[in-house]
Amino acid sequence: MIQAPPTKTRPTYYEELQARGHSRRDFMKVCTSLAAYMGLEASGVAQIAKAMETKPRLPVIWLHFQECTCCSESFIRSSHPIVSDIILDQVSLDYTETLMAASGHAAEAAMHKTMEDYYGEYILCVEGSVPTGADGAYCCIGGKSAEQILQETAAGAKAIIAWGSCACNGCVQAAKPNPTHATPIHKLVSGKPIIKVPGCPPIGEVMAGVIVHVVTFGTLPELDGAGRPKAFYSKRVHDSCYRRPYYDAGMFVESFDDENAKKGYCLYKVGCKGPSTYNSCGIIKWNNGVSYPIQSGHGCIGCSEANFWDAGPFYRRMQSFPGFGIESNADEIGLMAAAATGVGIAAHAIGTNLRKSKLIDAHINEGKESEQEL
Amino acid sequence: MATHALRRVFVWELPVRIYHWLNALAILALVATGLIIGNPPAIQTGGEAYDNFWFGWVRYIHFIAAYLFFFNFIFRIYWGFVGNKYADWKNFIPTSKAFFKEMWEVIRIDIFLARNKEHMAVGHNPLAGFIYFMTFIAFMVQVFTGFGLYAAMSQSFIAGLFAWVPAFFGGDFGLRQWHHIAMWFFILFAMVHVYLVFYHDYVEGRGEISSMGGGWKFIEEEAFEHDEKLHQEKAAKKRVKS
Repeated sequence: MIQAPPTKTRPTYYEELQARGHSRRDFMKVCTSLAAYMGLEASGVAQIAKAMETKPRLPVIWLHFQECTCCSESFIRSSHPIVSDIILDQVSLDYTETLMAASGHAAEAAMHKTMEDYYGEYILCVEGSVPTGADGAYCCIGGKSAEQILQETAAGAKAIIAWGSCACNGCVQAAKPNPTHATPIHKLVSGKPIIKVPGCPPIGEVMAGVIVHVVTFGTLPELDGAGRPKAFYSKRVHDSCYRRPYYDAGMFVESFDDENAKKGYCLYKVGCKGPSTYNSCGIIKWNNGVSYPIQSGHGCIGCSEANFWDAGPFYRRMQSFPGFGIESNADEIGLMAAAATGVGIAAHAIGTNLRKSKLIDAHINEGKESEQEL
Repeated sequence: MATHALRRVFVWELPVRIYHWLNALAILALVATGLIIGNPPAIQTGGEAYDNFWFGWVRYIHFIAAYLFFFNFIFRIYWGFVGNKYADWKNFIPTSKAFFKEMWEVIRIDIFLARNKEHMAVGHNPLAGFIYFMTFIAFMVQVFTGFGLYAAMSQSFIAGLFAWVPAFFGGDFGLRQWHHIAMWFFILFAMVHVYLVFYHDYVEGRGEISSMGGGWKFIEEEAFEHDEKLHQEKAAKKRVKS
């Protein structure tokens, strides 16, 4: 249970928004849309509104490690501007390399102040993986390695949110051979609740939904077996795909330039990873609900799944089989093994007739004798 | 040429035979539909998606066969504890040194084809038994990965029991790959299995193939005499000792 700290005099989210000139109407609108993203019933809107009105803002430290900042980019583009206002711009972000105004020692001081003032209360958001190779030399900020910073800040965090595939599973930099030993957060921090919000990047609305859930209910959202919020990651992209009827009908795009692609058939055979990928792209979509990859005619690459870079190729259904060349897959290896087995069987059959001829002849003669006698 | 008197031995009980053929049917259906699901043929019918459901049916057959396979497998494990001595679990899991000794005998005679020798096994020979044990492990891999994949799209309680599997395998990608690779084990196994049944029938003439139909094998009278002799010798030794 995460409770807002009672002692510190921090403004509530609503007060902050009022100060920024947002109307009550705008405020209720955002509460409603967030409730919808989170899959709450209508009464949940009031709960969100009340929490925003009464609870002081949650202090947040947002760290950037080995990553491309696409998570932050996605977040500040989440559909309702107040969402980013709430979390990023105004209200609660005490430290984030990308968006804070302070720099250098002042910024470091701000982070340390938050860590001390709100020890055990702040939420730590981590974007990016931690390279543990070469003693952490691959990612240093303010003279410290990413791992040092992570351990220091994680010590006093109430909960950790791992933003994006980098923080959840290492993403591209952890792809084989992973030269920097890029390591996801959950392998480095223990004893703290970690919410994984994978995706490259995760959907902005999903990120907002997770943060608002923590603020509103004071608890972590319900997580699945892989540590992801169930509200957003319990269904496969395939399950909410508008092209799904073509899949069930067996109508597939054979290549990207064929007639079927034009007609919008299922992209399963050209490598769509929707059937193996848990995300809400098909429902919330991207860029304010404009589209998502499959709607744009490109298969899902499975960016929110662990090891998606190594589970390729992107444009073929069958995953490549390691150790037998880049183009080999399980069926090719299987066929080779079956052919070898067939040759083995043939050799054995010939060998049997040669080596056991006396035995077999004896049986046959015995059988013939019996036949005569009957 | 001396002819052999043969005695009829009831080896495979009816539940074992039913298990065998249901299993064969399920595996055949699962492999056939599985190959189609992994790489669907380009059957273009044109028209609208709502006119067709063939891929849906292929998957449906796969899932039904999976349930059949699963419960059939559970039944066989149960029968390993209540069935006759040829169905007993000890035929599959080595519990003594003698098991390995005899296994080597089988390898020498039946695999490396020792000249004009035959190996006498009424039920499973130890090598076959041990390989069946390996197939049971492959069955488990297939059940866990298959139902793990199925859990996400099913409301059923049974599939729900396997909902933890994808996380254990690092997501559906790994699961799918393992499920697909393990299928090839079944194909290779079936090839060798069918060949060896013919081999045993041909070399030993004890009714290997038909035994899975009626349950009978036909064992030479001498084998019983030989066995009896052993028993008597053992008993005599015991008597001497006491």
